[in-house]
Amino acid sequence: MLEVRSMSKNFGGFTALNDLNLRIEKGQIHALIGPNGAGKTTLFNLISGSVPPSSGEIVFLGKKITGSRPHKRARLGIGRTFQNIRLIRTLTARENVMLGCHCWTKAGMWSSFFSSPIRPSAEESEIRRCADGYLEFVGLGHRADMWPHALAYGEQRRLEIARALSMEPKLVLLDEPAAGMNPQETQELNTLIRRIVDFGKTILLIEHDMKMVMDIADRITVINYGQKIAEGTPLEVRTNRAVIEAYLGEGE
Amino acid sequence: MFSEYTESLFIMAGINIILGFSFYFPRSAGMFSMAQGGFMAIGAFISAALTVKLGMPFYPALLIGGIVAGIVGVIAGFPALRIKGVYLLLLTLGISEVIRIFFLNFSYTGGVAGLGGIQLHTNLWNVYFTVAILVYFFHRLAPTRMGRAIAAIGEDEEAAEMMGIDLTVTKLQVFGISAAMSGLAGGFYAHYSLYITSDNFGVAKSLEILLPVLMGGTEVFWGAILGSFVTTFVPEWLRFIQPYRMMIFGFIIVVMMILRPQGLVDRSLVSSIGLRLRSIRLLWFPRPAP
Ligand SMILES: Nc1ncnc2c1ncn2[C@@H]1O[C@H](COP(=O)(O)OP(=O)(O)O)[C@@H](O)[C@H]1O
Ligand SMILES: [Mg+2]
Repeated sequence: MLEVRSMSKNFGGFTALNDLNLRIEKGQIHALIGPNGAGKTTLFNLISGSVPPSSGEIVFLGKKITGSRPHKRARLGIGRTFQNIRLIRTLTARENVMLGCHCWTKAGMWSSFFSSPIRPSAEESEIRRCADGYLEFVGLGHRADMWPHALAYGEQRRLEIARALSMEPKLVLLDEPAAGMNPQETQELNTLIRRIVDFGKTILLIEHDMKMVMDIADRITVINYGQKIAEGTPLEVRTNRAVIEAYLGEGE
Repeated sequence: MFSEYTESLFIMAGINIILGFSFYFPRSAGMFSMAQGGFMAIGAFISAALTVKLGMPFYPALLIGGIVAGIVGVIAGFPALRIKGVYLLLLTLGISEVIRIFFLNFSYTGGVAGLGGIQLHTNLWNVYFTVAILVYFFHRLAPTRMGRAIAAIGEDEEAAEMMGIDLTVTKLQVFGISAAMSGLAGGFYAHYSLYITSDNFGVAKSLEILLPVLMGGTEVFWGAILGSFVTTFVPEWLRFIQPYRMMIFGFIIVVMMILRPQGLVDRSLVSSIGLRLRSIRLLWFPRPAP
């Protein structure tokens, strides 16, 4: 589904990612773990196209997308959430989710001027139905008309997930969705992520806390200092020497 | 209905509202444009040349002036796409001057001498009809696909792009439409002041436009409306203290910028007054039957 080939990224003289290769298979939950500053978010930015790579290639669904603009990639089916929540504050929760529908709808500025002021257009109703559906799906149906900043932290994270899903992506990039959540919320989040995969989506999940991904990830890639240090099933990764030294030793 | 004097103030305020909208619109998509004074010149000179030199009726001439300004706006928008902040401000100031100096040297529309002999066509009705149409436009745009896209771009264009929003197309459209608004305001201005020179426009005009919109606020389009009325009428009400009136007006502005830097009208004020009442919005989005 997604292939990242010898990807490198330098910021000035600093190497955030160094010759990284990654393959993500359809229908899997692929976790990307590594300590803070390892380059995980940078890899997400490279995949969704907000920063250009220093070298390397990205192939998505058999197409090279290395040079294409972020909105093109979104339309091809790459949706994402952000580590530092980036909801639009001037739009309600529902409108934020409706924003995600932008990439598969068409209405232009003129059509809003000429459309009926009383009845929404067919497309607008469709967008709204879709948004309400995903709000319900992440358990925020009752929060639809609230401003994002009025929501609890965990709810904001779930709202970001709903927005990413409303893009109808094939690949969903989740950047530390559990950050700041309590254990119970994290548990619910895991259930939610599994349900997303059941819908036929593929997930690339960044997680700082290794324990959390052990029971939901099909495959785990561990990076440190911009380099891949291990990859495999949760069991393989857990018993990998390099991982234990570089990662697990750190915080325990 | 009003005295001639009051009417003239209302007409000037109306033209300023249209100009304020043309500044607010790109602002809402995160673009601070100082080119509006230039786009206004295009609308003014083109529509006036059409009515004076070719004897065209006013309304088609006004529209053509607006459309040409809009087209120039789209072209001028290209270099503005990737530039932000103070650089965009300087670039758009430059565009404004380039257009002004073009008309200074363009002999067909009068060159240095300016263009006179324009007939009076601007009145309360056509100015405020235009204002009403633009209010309707903004009001309808907000709860639709492109309205949400513009709000997203205005706040976080990088995130917006990753949500699938085409920044190039959207920003150019916004820039072009706002330039067309300036062009319409220019057409009204020309057919009200009856004599125009390039000195009426350019950077000086852009700065003049800025005052009412900054005073009223740029978060919501209502700010341009209130700001235009305040900056048109308050100096007139202060006439009785003749020598000091502009000084006192300047003082009011300074105090206001300290106490309320976001302008008189901001988003929270509008939502508390209820101009964007949930119940009204629900009218537009009746829940689909289960
Ligand atoms: N836009 C940027 N400019 C400069 N340095 C950056 C930029 N983005 C990330 N970095 C640096 O790259 C490194 C990796 O960051 P990041 O990918 O956010 O790590 P992670 O998500 O794994 O915690 C950090 O040291 C960070 O400071
Ligand atoms: Mg990160």
